[in-house]
Amino acid sequence: MLKSTFLKAVAATALSFSTWASAQAVDLQFYFPVAVGGKAAETIQELTDAYAAQNPDVKIDAVYAGSYQDTVAKAITASRGGNPPQLSVILSVDMFTLIDEDLIVPFDDYLSTQEDKAWVDGFYPAFMENSQTGGKTYGIPFQRSTPVLYWNKEAFKEAGLNPDVAPQTWDEMVEFGRKLTKKDASGNVTQWGVRIPSSGFPYWLFQGLAIENGAILANAEGNKTHFDDPKVVEALQYLVDLSTKYEVMAPGIIEWGATPKAFFEGQTAMMWTSTGNLTNVRNNAPFDFGVAMLPANVQRGAPTGGGNFYLFKGASEEQTKAAVKFVQWITAPEQSAKWTIATGYVAPRAETWETETMKAYTADFAPALVARDQLEFAKAELSTYQNQRVTGIFNDALAAAITGKKDPATALKEAQAQADAILAEYR
Amino acid sequence: MRGPNIKREWIYGWLLLLPAMVFLFAFTHIPAITTVLNSFFSTPRGRRPAKFLGLGNYERMLDDPVFWKVFWNNLWFALGTIPVSIALAIVMALWVNEKLTGRSFVRMAYFTPTVLPLIAVANIWMFFYTPGFGLFDQITGFLFGWPASNYLGNPDTALNAIIVVTVWKEAGFFMIFYLAALQAIPVSLKEAAQIEGAGRWTIFWRITFPLLMPTTLFVCVNAVINSFRLVDHIFILTDGGPDNASALLLFYIYEVAFRFWETAYGATLTVALLVLLSLLAIGQFFFFDRKVHYK
Repeated sequence: MLKSTFLKAVAATALSFSTWASAQAVDLQFYFPVAVGGKAAETIQELTDAYAAQNPDVKIDAVYAGSYQDTVAKAITASRGGNPPQLSVILSVDMFTLIDEDLIVPFDDYLSTQEDKAWVDGFYPAFMENSQTGGKTYGIPFQRSTPVLYWNKEAFKEAGLNPDVAPQTWDEMVEFGRKLTKKDASGNVTQWGVRIPSSGFPYWLFQGLAIENGAILANAEGNKTHFDDPKVVEALQYLVDLSTKYEVMAPGIIEWGATPKAFFEGQTAMMWTSTGNLTNVRNNAPFDFGVAMLPANVQRGAPTGGGNFYLFKGASEEQTKAAVKFVQWITAPEQSAKWTIATGYVAPRAETWETETMKAYTADFAPALVARDQLEFAKAELSTYQNQRVTGIFNDALAAAITGKKDPATALKEAQAQADAILAEYR
Repeated sequence: MRGPNIKREWIYGWLLLLPAMVFLFAFTHIPAITTVLNSFFSTPRGRRPAKFLGLGNYERMLDDPVFWKVFWNNLWFALGTIPVSIALAIVMALWVNEKLTGRSFVRMAYFTPTVLPLIAVANIWMFFYTPGFGLFDQITGFLFGWPASNYLGNPDTALNAIIVVTVWKEAGFFMIFYLAALQAIPVSLKEAAQIEGAGRWTIFWRITFPLLMPTTLFVCVNAVINSFRLVDHIFILTDGGPDNASALLLFYIYEVAFRFWETAYGATLTVALLVLLSLLAIGQFFFFDRKVHYK
């Protein structure tokens, strides 16, 4: 009895090892995160199935790996355990971390022909800023986004504003916000002017303000930050003033997840959030809404965001080649258009916007074009070596200033000192 | 004659122990030892191997303001959750131990929070706390005309808001233990006391509560462990923010080890947590054990 159980166990182990070994030889494993509502996971599955049908020699195993955070944690853990995926979609800002961990290879070695090089140049430059370093391309833009301003046209009309014009500058946003903030008889606010969510990762939307004020948060080498730049301090002061001085935004930390809902409920007349929410807002807003670029101060500006494709070390030559081919296929116009329409992510190549599918979509739904047009003013998202840690420090400083625990200048100065201590060894 | 026999028994003994031991070593002892070892080295990165730092990580921990913040947060969290959830558990157990209509329904209602996964619970409470249109704001706004509140987004209230969720989740679980203990107390004791003319409070304070002491010790140990172990809801509710106001030790360990990928420093923090928990456990057994049993 015992003996037979033992034998079965051995057989089962041997079997699982052999399938594992053969899986390594023919399969392509691909991790992807889902960060927005809608049909993201289904669409990825549909696309990989379509690719597998066209290419019977490649078998793609698309693994849903949770949030962005979970996906990078899984990919790093799997790599350390000697079983890395061949391909993964991970935040573009994790590029330096993945290089530092020595887990990824650049695409350049597999893109040798003239045609391939032209393909890389076909992506919007704003998206490539977070994808290239030291002259090499480590990431290929896929589910990329950028924040935009959504406004409630009915609330604008009610406040006596032109419902078709969004605020173009910081001053206008305050001025409109004052008109849009409504109070009830007992003095409680029933509708705020604007909502810039700040929970979890306040740095992203704040970076929009910083760029608009002419500041760059980190250098392209990812080893120096400029958190205590006076322009950054000024931008943070403006963000704090929105709720303390001008009283057009709710005080304290504002939740990301509840932001679209607050907009639908009429709790706020304007909101800043990702274009990834476009399809959600379109389906659920019970009123007419508009989408605009973020307002300008000394210039227009916005960060980019979202995920890139990365090639992992430890794959065979054939696997990596197959992975590159798959990436080229899935970012090609038809597939990319399908993905953009399903999610609201910004198609990362100009040619996608020229397809009939996209033209029909944008003719019907013009707000989808705003994000693309804003790319001209967009800059790289904050990204450094030890990115999560440096960004974490920055987030804490922003939260301390937003909640009034520290003044902006002190908070940012402390954050810069901490970031310097971490990044010194990478210079 | 005896030699080989003993040897065979010895082999049998070890073979019987082997399966459990393999798992115990693989998942408990070896990781614990490597954690302690790692805490003396720097974090290896792809291009740079680990260096021996001696007590460097520990010095860094003592200088780390975030560590101290989450440490005090955690003590406050323990102080906020343990007494309240135990007191609530006793009150609920006493109530549902009485003969009342719909008793099993009330028992079930009290136990429900325990059955729900913490992540799901956090998502529900997230809606309760939402400023403006959340449940609490709708109630306080309707009844008292209070303005919108931002419990989770304010450093002064974020941790307390999390304590409330934890107490709500835990009290029902502890109630089950008290309920079992209450039913084991002989009714004759209560009857004898009533004949002597003791009031309800005296009966509770002089008879019921002392007889519940062994359960209280058990529940106490569990509550202390839980106050360092339950962090799932923080990921959903506040993500440790604002500015680490609601981060606890274990949450910080996760953040350092699996977000910042500073595994060595994460190991150091783990050792600190381990020492703290061992001290608490020893203390509890040492101080309570003599007073627990009714004589």
